[in-house]
Amino acid sequence: MIGNFPLNSNEEIIFSLRSLFESYGYSLYKMSKFEEYDLYSKNKEFLISDGVIAFTDTNGKLMALKPDVTLSIVKNTANSKGMIQKLYYNENVYRVSKSSHNFKEIMQVGLECIGKIDSFSVFEVLTLALKSLSLVSQSYILDVSSLDILKGVLDFLNVPNGFRADIIHYIGEKNQHELARLCSELQIPTERYAVLKELVSINGSPESAFDKMNGILKGVVDENTLSEFENIINALDDRKCVNIDFSVVDDINYYNGIVFKGFVEGVPNSVLSGGRYDSLMKKMKRSEKAIGFAVYLDMLEHLNAKREEYDVDTVIVYDGQTDFDFLQKTADGIRKENNSVLLLNDRPEDIRYKRLIKIINGEVTDIETNA
Amino acid sequence: MKQMLNVALPKGRLGEKVYSMFEKAGYPCPAIKEAGRKLIFENKSCAVRYFWVKPSDVAIYVERGAADIGVAGKDILLEYEPDIYELLDLNTGKCKMAVAAKKDFRDDNGRTLRVATKFSNIAAGYYMSKGRDIDIIHLNGSIEIAPILGLSDVIVDIVETGTTLKENDLKIIETIVPISARFIANKSSYKFKYNAIDSLVKNLARQAEDNCD
Repeated sequence: MIGNFPLNSNEEIIFSLRSLFESYGYSLYKMSKFEEYDLYSKNKEFLISDGVIAFTDTNGKLMALKPDVTLSIVKNTANSKGMIQKLYYNENVYRVSKSSHNFKEIMQVGLECIGKIDSFSVFEVLTLALKSLSLVSQSYILDVSSLDILKGVLDFLNVPNGFRADIIHYIGEKNQHELARLCSELQIPTERYAVLKELVSINGSPESAFDKMNGILKGVVDENTLSEFENIINALDDRKCVNIDFSVVDDINYYNGIVFKGFVEGVPNSVLSGGRYDSLMKKMKRSEKAIGFAVYLDMLEHLNAKREEYDVDTVIVYDGQTDFDFLQKTADGIRKENNSVLLLNDRPEDIRYKRLIKIINGEVTDIETNA
Repeated sequence: MKQMLNVALPKGRLGEKVYSMFEKAGYPCPAIKEAGRKLIFENKSCAVRYFWVKPSDVAIYVERGAADIGVAGKDILLEYEPDIYELLDLNTGKCKMAVAAKKDFRDDNGRTLRVATKFSNIAAGYYMSKGRDIDIIHLNGSIEIAPILGLSDVIVDIVETGTTLKENDLKIIETIVPISARFIANKSSYKFKYNAIDSLVKNLARQAEDNCD
């Protein structure tokens, strides 16, 4: 609640996320709704959906309504000069909804951490992702994966470049049968394929996952990569809500290192998505490293979607003879008792109200009470 | 209390076969076998609720979380590319996605190939991978008559026994991909109902292996 006005759950979540990010020293980054189309056409694979709403500006330049925030932030922020920039945003983006195949305006709140990223920065971003989920729902899970580990396994399997995208796609689907088929077609030795099979089957608490990983990844993946991943996860307070799951995959041309997705009970898709994107920075000719995440608020409409029982507390139906001042004062008197008042010149048919009052010739008559 | 598992099954022969696999896996719901027009069946003691839905809609129910899990043909998954987990090949409902044409068909690379199909996405992806320029004619049924009437040069469709093709004087000229029924799960449900879904997958996997034999 702010003052007397109830906030709908999305607005409440936005406010609490903003204050969470600010309490960690992140500063608000405001940006224009438009961006040059070129930015997206050059980085198409980075976008979640293909479609971009494009238009020609008055100077003939092809522009787009932003389908993504990260690219704009990377493009428009100055070099961190050896420091770390911590930014958060609260913006609308415009992209094609996977389910309806139409453009949708999506409210997105997120943060980006750009510069000399170290293990602590990654740990802090994961902590904030967990805290963000806790602000959305009491029942949440953060799926965490490492693309560096996954890349290490694909290198160990000697997967040809032309088939990596297929393998990663099947890993994302937890599709063991198609992985088995493709690996057999590629003549990957059975004992090497077994490592991938085990990795994809990992889905559980950090403790059980690390046990399994240590059993299969020794000598397969760089030890520093493994220990850094373990150290970061083990340092998290809220580890019981962390799930190690290598099916969290993103485009390895843009992302690297830790990637993650957040789920809350009752919402069918992930409501939070993020990860390390040093490779995108490099593609955009930035020397720094970066990590960030976004919370998709459109997904949260499904959560606690309860309808108010009444549209308004009191309806006053007035006639044409009553003095304006009297009407105003009567309504304000009721409003002072924290009631909303709707003034109409006829009895409403499709509005749900607690109380209906009529004012005729300056006289107040109670007509109906529903509460 | 056990969490209720919502299962979307494809209406028809495949759905009935798959239901018996679920029944053997410890999720019976005897009411489902009673004749009638009811589409939702529940067995509270086993914490399971089944829905009969149109086969092509199973993936939508699962992707959008109305069902936690379901069984859909690989053809539907390839066509609609839903954001779900594909956890198991049930090795049943086997057929193939194929290109078929009139018996005297000869491909002329100098012309755009006219392809009639219900599966526009699969057809477009297949011919794009071959670098062949095509014109897709999206039809909703009786695809086999398109080449006969000169509406298309070839068709891309599911072939089970090949009898319909034969009766319409068509032949398979290329196989695109083998098809079978797949066990799919909603990504969020998989997290929050993991134990139930995982033990079901393990049980169904054993039955699927038997289907292979």
